[in-house]
Amino acid sequence: MSDLKGQIKTIIESEDVALFMKGTPQFVMCGNSQRALEALRRAGAPVTAVDILPDPRIRQELSALSGWPTIPQVFVRGELVGGADIVEELAQNGELEQTLTERLGPEYRDAGAERVVELTAA
Amino acid sequence: MALDRLKGLLDQAFPGSEVSVEDRTGGGDHFQVTVASGRFHGLSLVEQHRLVYDALADPLADGTIHELRIKTRGAA
Repeated sequence: MSDLKGQIKTIIESEDVALFMKGTPQFVMCGNSQRALEALRRAGAPVTAVDILPDPRIRQELSALSGWPTIPQVFVRGELVGGADIVEELAQNGELEQTLTERLGPEYRDAGAERVVELTAA
Repeated sequence: MALDRLKGLLDQAFPGSEVSVEDRTGGGDHFQVTVASGRFHGLSLVEQHRLVYDALADPLADGTIHELRIKTRGAA
């Protein structure tokens, strides 16, 4: 297992809500990443964001792990919730908040501020 | 033409379903696809979108699709 793959796996499995995106929440580089981020924010999700742009291998390893070909990708406690379209749809019909409550507990909004994790290539 | 290719691939993967492909920006590489199919019955949204990605694996891999939006629903 490459170091990068291990880091990605750790983030997916250990973060409450992991958002793999193009850019960062402060400087979003793609419309779909923006849509996913906004949907998560509306639901009050404690987002840990990972920028996939610094190294093309991040995206390769991520998609190999998840079996999901596009960015963004949202995981809640290790499970793929979906890309921008799904997360937006779930946010609109209230299922996103329901999922977050079920998996993280009713106090999930208090879990802390948005974070950004940087991956370091080996 | 990319639109026809995507539509053809989706028609093939979801025979007898309602499939539409739209060029969102007019640039020929940002697409909105909508599929209403009985194949989605009982599947989660992630599983439904995976089926669409599977059908479009080639144009996703070769760069034909720069950005893809997917809307799925069960057959009426």
